[in-house]
Amino acid sequence: MTSLFNEVAPPASDDVPTRRVTITVNGEPRTADIEPRLLLAHLLRQGLKLTGTHTGCDTTNCGACTVLFDGRPVKSCTMLAVQADGHEVTTVEGLASPSGLHPVQEGFKDEHGLQCGFCTPGMMMAAKALLDENPSPTEDDVRWALAGNLCRCTGYQNIVKAVLWAAERLGGPDTEPETEEAS
Amino acid sequence: MAIDEVKIGGMGARQKRVEDNRFIRGKGNYVDDIVLPGMLHMEILRSPLAHARIRSIDVSKAWDIPGVRLVLTGETLAARNLAWMPTLSYDTQAVLATDKVRFQGQEVAAVVADDPYIAKDAVEAIIVDYEPLPAIVNPDQAMAPDAPLIRDDKANQPDNKIFDWEVGDREGTDRAFTEADHVSTIEMHYPRSHPSPIEACGSVADFDRSTGKLTVYMTSQAPHIIRAAVAMVAELPEHQIRIISPDIGGGFGNKVPVYPGYVISILASILAERPVKWIEDKTGNLISTGFGRDVYLKGELALRKDGRILGVRMHTTSDHGAFFSDAQPSKFKIGLMHSAFACYDIPSAHLTATGVYTNKAPGGVAYRCSFRVTEAMFFQERMVHAAADELGLDQAEIRRVNFVRDDDFPHRTPFGFLTDSGQYTKCLDLGLAAIDYEGFRREQAAAREQGRLLGIGISTMTEPLGAGNSREYDILGIKMFDAAELRVHMTGRAILRTGAKTQGQGHETTWAQIVAHELGIPADDVVVEEGDTDTAPFGMGTYASRSTPVAGAAVSMVARKIRAKARKIAAHLLEVSEEDIEWELGRFYVRSAPDRGVTIQECAMAAYSNVPDGMEPGLENHAYYDPPNLTWPFAAYIVTVEVDPDTGVWDVLRVVAVDDCGVRINPMIVEGQIMGGLTEAYAMANMQFITFDADGNCVGSNYMDYLLPTAWETPGFELHEVVTPCPHHPIGAKGVGECATVGGPAAFVNAVMDALKDTGVRNIDMPLLPDRVHQALTTGQDVSGAPPVDPEAS
Repeated sequence: MTSLFNEVAPPASDDVPTRRVTITVNGEPRTADIEPRLLLAHLLRQGLKLTGTHTGCDTTNCGACTVLFDGRPVKSCTMLAVQADGHEVTTVEGLASPSGLHPVQEGFKDEHGLQCGFCTPGMMMAAKALLDENPSPTEDDVRWALAGNLCRCTGYQNIVKAVLWAAERLGGPDTEPETEEAS
Repeated sequence: MAIDEVKIGGMGARQKRVEDNRFIRGKGNYVDDIVLPGMLHMEILRSPLAHARIRSIDVSKAWDIPGVRLVLTGETLAARNLAWMPTLSYDTQAVLATDKVRFQGQEVAAVVADDPYIAKDAVEAIIVDYEPLPAIVNPDQAMAPDAPLIRDDKANQPDNKIFDWEVGDREGTDRAFTEADHVSTIEMHYPRSHPSPIEACGSVADFDRSTGKLTVYMTSQAPHIIRAAVAMVAELPEHQIRIISPDIGGGFGNKVPVYPGYVISILASILAERPVKWIEDKTGNLISTGFGRDVYLKGELALRKDGRILGVRMHTTSDHGAFFSDAQPSKFKIGLMHSAFACYDIPSAHLTATGVYTNKAPGGVAYRCSFRVTEAMFFQERMVHAAADELGLDQAEIRRVNFVRDDDFPHRTPFGFLTDSGQYTKCLDLGLAAIDYEGFRREQAAAREQGRLLGIGISTMTEPLGAGNSREYDILGIKMFDAAELRVHMTGRAILRTGAKTQGQGHETTWAQIVAHELGIPADDVVVEEGDTDTAPFGMGTYASRSTPVAGAAVSMVARKIRAKARKIAAHLLEVSEEDIEWELGRFYVRSAPDRGVTIQECAMAAYSNVPDGMEPGLENHAYYDPPNLTWPFAAYIVTVEVDPDTGVWDVLRVVAVDDCGVRINPMIVEGQIMGGLTEAYAMANMQFITFDADGNCVGSNYMDYLLPTAWETPGFELHEVVTPCPHHPIGAKGVGECATVGGPAAFVNAVMDALKDTGVRNIDMPLLPDRVHQALTTGQDVSGAPPVDPEAS
């Protein structure tokens, strides 16, 4: 059980109502007693220490907090954690498999699709959602699918190339996953 | 025999970035990711009003909330002489307001609590009684004779003027104007913008009373400057201050200054004796931290009929907000605005500048530019464009006629800078060929017959990057140089540290490439560390595209010191005199017997196991690099657009960029920097701006109002290069990170103005929103100033 902030201080008050939720995060069921107002992004970051999900704008615009919710991309900074009770959430930490990086991750590195790295986890989650649904997207498909995610560093061109790179890798004849070290 | 430099990741290698390995796994370590035992959370209460006297602040209800540990107001700070702090431009800035609030979003109080939700609750519970005062939102209002005084806290501040400044040759310029065939005059406003990295600012302050040590993790592009500032402001001993900039989620100049939030979190940690985390929200970032631009220009060019520019007159009026806290070399009141027209051979120029206070956020940071050069180059290229149209000259030709020629270097610019190298015409011609200039002009004429509006815009410029040298450039007296420290371990692996701080520029990859170039140690064998003032050597930080020009040069120089010592060790190992030793990448050999040699790795091992008699063991060193001059990259940006005459919407057809930033260490990273810069240029031309209503309410305080381009609207970019090595940089490199943000906006605006050429419209101020373009199209009149906000609305 993860009780948010309990490693920092005792709960602020016994009066604060909490609710027990169980959310499958990156394939593992996690149970927590949480304040109903707690945002999903904060449960992931502070409660579960999955700090790869970033909060950028607080208003659902920048997409740095994008995670997969039952396979669909959502912005976890404007979703209550209680809404995720009984659902599956995948974060950037769940993108790689034990055998290696997801092709989207490899693509971002190979095509220089990131600079400061802050938007990258959300960007990659949105890209994965696209590729799960549309394995051979056009450039326009990619640009449209990522239009909910802001990047201030790259100008997007290399991000688009990274996603197309991953699409080719996923669909290509050579689907042998590379090891982490080989990336 | 010699090593293939590209294979070891040296100069010119498109080396994949080592920092990506953590970022793509979600394992970056940003300030908000840092959790310390017993850490408390801080939230700031901001003023809802732009100008108001504070009658009282009632914090009692905040204290009543369980979990609240501290409530701080200006009074708390004033008791410790911390209510005000010095700015980087010799002014003062309120940390927490004591007397008045002077802009919307100003820091008024802070709460420290067990968790951030409680801190937010408590901030809401603070009651402030304000007496509203009239808000001043532009320079005209500020300079009106009866204007309310914003800075009544300052002695000898009778009005809202901050400075009058002047540079250049007034008499010579006046003469040029009397001799001119034509005088071209234009007025413009470069609107207020915000760098807006996706990650806002934040800090985790940790004061340990038992040791007296203060550790602050923070979003700073310049941690050593912060350490000095904290030592001076908070009067703490500098050796007991450790500033750590962990991974930074973008900076673009926004993370150079010292902000009240940092200072308050430090004081809170001292008072609470626990670590205190402050994470700014997006609105706080947009309405209170360093903005860019907000400058008005009156510009005049004296021209001959053939387009030759004889003289330049510029007068700028800049709106600095409530505190003059521009982050720039302190003695240049309007930054390096006088770098304008550096790529043109012009006999005389004169600039006057006036700066004023308004009830808007302070800052005036160099937003992805080297201290106001973005404004300088935008004004320059818009002035040249307008003059060419007036004289009926071709846009490319007027630039060619005025360019400094390749054999005219070193060249003294009209305002006195010294440029050193460039091939300006070659760059422009390469860009024109790439976009098929003549072909486009034909297409444009044909389209016009059908009522379609096509336009092409050119922007060419050289800009000063890499502040200093230390003779001319300092911040509050601290000279602008940088340092690097290199330790080569006995197995030939190495650690390099510099005083710069990467925020996405890829230093961890690039600096290792410089070491590989100088020593032949594979880049993969060099780890790079930055951002921790306890371990990194002194440096002025990363902004103004100064990392490669200054810190990168220091990396080169320290590696050469290592090589010099390794040469002595090689002579010892090879049992010959040092004079008989030759160097090729990664290896010393005997001149007369090239097969007899030792690798740099063998020298490293010997440095710890077999040094010659009398030699100090080990293989490490440091270098301070004070650049002889700025570097002057050149760029030609050419954009084509189509404007919809019915709606004013304009679509970008093509963007061609030709950049000459000297020798490219990692072309992949350089191209990434250019594309990022072009995107911000497009953003400012098209949509991205901050404005204020008549009451001083900030319009643009969140990403629903402050528009940033997404992948959908951002155009594609076609990149080209010319290489003119910098003659004074150890590896011939010039700065590049900001070129496209600086030179890009004018290319977009010039393209739209070119499309509107037949309408008689000479200027639309940025951003070129569809309604503004439509207004110009339908009225045939210029559209000036910040986009109007209904003055009745409040």
